[in-house]
Amino acid sequence: MQFIPNSPLKNNMLKELGLHDINDLFSDIPQKIRVKNLHLPQGRTQQEVEEHMRLLAQQNKSFYEMPSFLGGGMIPHYIPAVVKSVISRSEFYTAYTPYQPETSQGFLQAIFEYQSLIAELTGMDVSNASLYDGATAVGEAALMCTRITKRKTFVVPGNISWEKKSILMNYTKGSGIQIKEVAYDKKTGMIDLESFKKTIDTETAGFYLENPNFFGVFEDKVNEIHSILQKNQSMFVVGIDPISLGICKSPGEYGADIVIGEGKSLGNPLDFGGSTLGIFACKNEFLRQIPGRIIGMTKDQQGKRAFCMTLQTREQHIRREKATSNICTNEGLCMLAAATYLSWLGRKGLHELSEINFKRGQDLEKKIIAIPGFTKMFTGVHFNEFVIRCADAKKIQKYLLRQGMQGGLLLKQWYPELTNCMLFGITELHSEESIERLISLLKEVR
Amino acid sequence: MYHSAIWDEPLLKELEEIKKENYVPQTALPGPLQRTTPLDIPDLDETQVIRHFFHLSQMNYGIESGIYPLGSCTMKYNPKICEEISHWEQFTLLHPYQDESTTQGILQIMYALEQMLCEITGMDHFTLQPAAGAQGEFTGLLLARAYHESNKDFKRDEIILPDTSHGTNPASAAMAGYKVIEIPSSKEGTVDLGMLEKALSEKTACFMLTNPNTLGIFESEIGDIARIVHKAGALLYYDGANMNAIMGKARPGDMGFDIVHLNLHKTFSTPHGGGGPGSGPVGVKKKLERFLPVPWIMKKEENYYFDYEHPDSIGKIKAAYGNVSVILKAYIYILLLGGNGLKEASEIAVLNANYMKKKLVDSNLYELPYSELRKHEFVISCNRLLSNKGIRALDVGKRLLDYGLHPPTVYFPLIVKEALMIEPTESESKKTLDIYIDTLLKIAQEDPTLIKSAPHNTVVRRIDEIGAVKNPILTWKTLEKTKDLMT
Repeated sequence: MQFIPNSPLKNNMLKELGLHDINDLFSDIPQKIRVKNLHLPQGRTQQEVEEHMRLLAQQNKSFYEMPSFLGGGMIPHYIPAVVKSVISRSEFYTAYTPYQPETSQGFLQAIFEYQSLIAELTGMDVSNASLYDGATAVGEAALMCTRITKRKTFVVPGNISWEKKSILMNYTKGSGIQIKEVAYDKKTGMIDLESFKKTIDTETAGFYLENPNFFGVFEDKVNEIHSILQKNQSMFVVGIDPISLGICKSPGEYGADIVIGEGKSLGNPLDFGGSTLGIFACKNEFLRQIPGRIIGMTKDQQGKRAFCMTLQTREQHIRREKATSNICTNEGLCMLAAATYLSWLGRKGLHELSEINFKRGQDLEKKIIAIPGFTKMFTGVHFNEFVIRCADAKKIQKYLLRQGMQGGLLLKQWYPELTNCMLFGITELHSEESIERLISLLKEVR
Repeated sequence: MYHSAIWDEPLLKELEEIKKENYVPQTALPGPLQRTTPLDIPDLDETQVIRHFFHLSQMNYGIESGIYPLGSCTMKYNPKICEEISHWEQFTLLHPYQDESTTQGILQIMYALEQMLCEITGMDHFTLQPAAGAQGEFTGLLLARAYHESNKDFKRDEIILPDTSHGTNPASAAMAGYKVIEIPSSKEGTVDLGMLEKALSEKTACFMLTNPNTLGIFESEIGDIARIVHKAGALLYYDGANMNAIMGKARPGDMGFDIVHLNLHKTFSTPHGGGGPGSGPVGVKKKLERFLPVPWIMKKEENYYFDYEHPDSIGKIKAAYGNVSVILKAYIYILLLGGNGLKEASEIAVLNANYMKKKLVDSNLYELPYSELRKHEFVISCNRLLSNKGIRALDVGKRLLDYGLHPPTVYFPLIVKEALMIEPTESESKKTLDIYIDTLLKIAQEDPTLIKSAPHNTVVRRIDEIGAVKNPILTWKTLEKTKDLMT
C-alpha cells in the first residue's frame, strides 16, 4: 500500500504485541458500530490518478485560457517564481505550527518578517501571524472592538460584499452584538456621511470602513469619519487591499485602530477563492486583545537572537473558553508567500505595482465608457475595480462567454439596486490583447 | 549526532539594500488618501531574497526532515503528487465567480469529495467551507443553534465537553455564545456517564466529543452516550481530529453523532503549511441539513452548480467556498488510497501507536496512565522521571531535538501529569519507530544536567519565552528601539 511502509511487517509487529489479527486492535469498538469496508473505489496508482485529474482539469478554464475581468475582491496578480520556489521548500510547507521553537526558527523568523511588513504597510504597530481570510477578519475585528469598548453595537457600510455581512452576522450572533448598516451614496459609491453621522453614537463599539470598498471606490472622507468615531470613543476598523497601499496612505495615518484585509493578492493564486490570507493588524494598546498567533523576538539561554510564539495566554490552547478567539491553524503558508512576495517587490516594486493597477483601472474604465450604452456607475475615484452600468448585463455576459471571455461580475443578485451593473477588475496580469478583445466584443454586442 | 543548519541570518531589514530611489507619486488620489511617505520596505535583489528564505527553510523541521509524532496533529507524509497537481493552472487560476460552465472540473471534485466524506463518516451532507478544524467546530455549533431555534427551543445555551477536550472546543463554544461546562473524565480516562447525565439538561445544546479521545482511548460506551444526550434533547458533536484511528473500522454517523468536523490537513494528508492553510469540512445528519452554509454544490444530470436557495441556511462562514487548494489535495489522496487504503492507513496507524506504547511502557521508565489498548495515539507520563531525576516532559522533548527527532505534544491532555502525547501515524517505518523508542529510553537514562540544558544541537538553545512576553518585540520597528537584540 502506498505511503504505509509497515504494511508488509504487519504480522510481525502484531506478534510482538501478542496479537494475531489486526482486528484485535479494534476490539474496543462495539460490534454494533463496526463497519467492514468503506464503499469507495479501490486505490489507484499515481499515474492513474494523474490521468483522471487531467480529464477533470480540462473541464476548467483558467485565466490564460479564458481571460477574465471579474472583480469582487479577488483578482489575479502576477506571482514571481521566487514565491513558488520558497513555499515549495518542504521544510516550510510540511511543518506544523511552530510549537517547538528551537527547531522552527526559520518559519518563526519568516512570520516575524511578515508581521513587520504588514505593520509597515498598514501603519499599525503590530500584526498577528494571519487569520483565515479578509472576511472572517471583519468578524474577529467586531468581536475585538466589543471586548475593548464593552459596547455591543458594531457598524458596517452598505458597500461591502454580502459575503462579509453574512460572515459577520455568524461571528457576532452568539455574543449578542447588534450590527447596524450605514447606507452608501448611490452617486459616489462611497459611504453616505449623513447616514454615518446618524448611526454612530456612544453605544457604537466600532465601525468598519473598506478602502477601497467593494465597488472599487476609495473612501475619501476618512478624516471626518475618524473624528466622529473619536468623539464617540468608538474603534475605527479599516479594510484594505494591500496592493493599493503603494499609492494610498496607510490607514494608520488617518486614525485606524485596527486594519484588516484579504492578503491573497500578495503572492497567492486565486485557487477558486481559497486558500486565502486574513490580514490583521492593530495599535499597540490593543495588543493583548488580538486574535490568533503572534511571534516575538527574544534571546536563547546564551543570549543569541531567537524567535518564539508569544502572548499565548490569549490563545485557545492555554485559555480555552476565555481565549480571544478559537483560531488555531491559520494560513501559515499563504503568509509565507506574502512575506516572500513583498520582499521580492520591495519598496519600489510595490509603489510601481500600485501605480500600474490604479492606472490600468482608470484606462479600462475610460475605454469601456467610451462605448455608447456603457456608463460609469459611481463618481468616486477607484482603484483597480469599478462598476459599469449597461442596458442588459446578462446578455453581455453570455455573449462574452460564448466568445471565450469572462466579463465583469453581475451585481444584481446581491445588490438589487444595481441591476445591469457589472463589477470589473483589472491588474498588471491582463494582456493588452485581452483588453482590446474585451473592448471590441463589448462594441459588437450592442 | 544530529546538527541543524545554523545560519546567522539577518532580518530582511538588515540586508544591504542595493537600490535606493525616492518614491515620487505619479497618480493623484483624493487629498486625504494620497501617500506622501514612502513605505519602509527594503529594496533587495532577487538573489538576496531567495538566499534569505532558503537559509530560513534550512532552519526548520518538516515532515520530510523526519518523524513528527505530535499527538492529535496526525503529521503524516504529504504525497508529492497531491502538491504537484494542485499547482496546475487549471486549478490555481480559477476565479471563484467565473461562470459555472467553465469550472465543471473543480465543482465535480468538490461534489465528489463531499460524497466521499459522507461515506467515510456516515453522515448525510457535508460543507467544505470551514477553513480549519476550529472553524469547523464553530460552524457546527452555529448549526446546532439554528437547529434548536427552529424547534422554538431557545433555552439551550450550554455546551458540555470532557476535560480531555482540545482547547479549540471550549473556545469555539464561547465564540458561538455558549456557556461551557467541563466534566471530569472517569478513572478509565473516558466519559463518565454519571457526570454527563448530571450535566445534561434542557439547557444543553450540544455535547462535544473526540472519539477516540485525546488519550487515544476509544469511548466504547458511545452508544449509551448518544442515547442520553439525545434523550435530553441535545445534539452530539464529533471533533474529527482523531479520525485517523477509525477509517473503515467505525463511523461517527453510526455511533449517533449529529454533527462532525474533519481536518483534511490531518487525516487526509494535506500539508500543515507551518500552520495552515487547513480545511475543516462539517458533516451533518439529515435533520440539520437545511441549515448548512450556502452555496451547496449540486448536480443536475451531468452538470454541477452552486445553489444559494436555502432560506434556513446559516449563510456564509468563510470567503468563497473554502480552502479549495487543500480540498483538492485531500480528494487526490482519497483517490490514491481508495476505501481499502484508508482502512489500511488507520489499521497501521493504530498498530504503530500500540507498538511504540508497548515498548515504552515495558521499559518501566515511562508510565501509562489508564487502561491498555490505544488507538492511533497514546499518552505517557514522565512523572517517574520527574520524581527520580527531576526531569520534566518538556526536558525530554527538548532533548529529542538533539537527536534530530521532533518531540511529541507535551502537557496535553491536561489531566495527565508530565504528559507526552505520541501519534506516529502510518507513515513511519518500523525502523524509525524503533529509533524513536530507543532514543526516548536512552534519554531517560542520560545525565539529567545534559537533558535539562537541552537542546544543544539546534540553531538556538532553550528560548527565553518569558522575556518575549514581558518585552514584546513583534516587528522590525520595535526592534530598532531595543538595541541589544540588533545582531
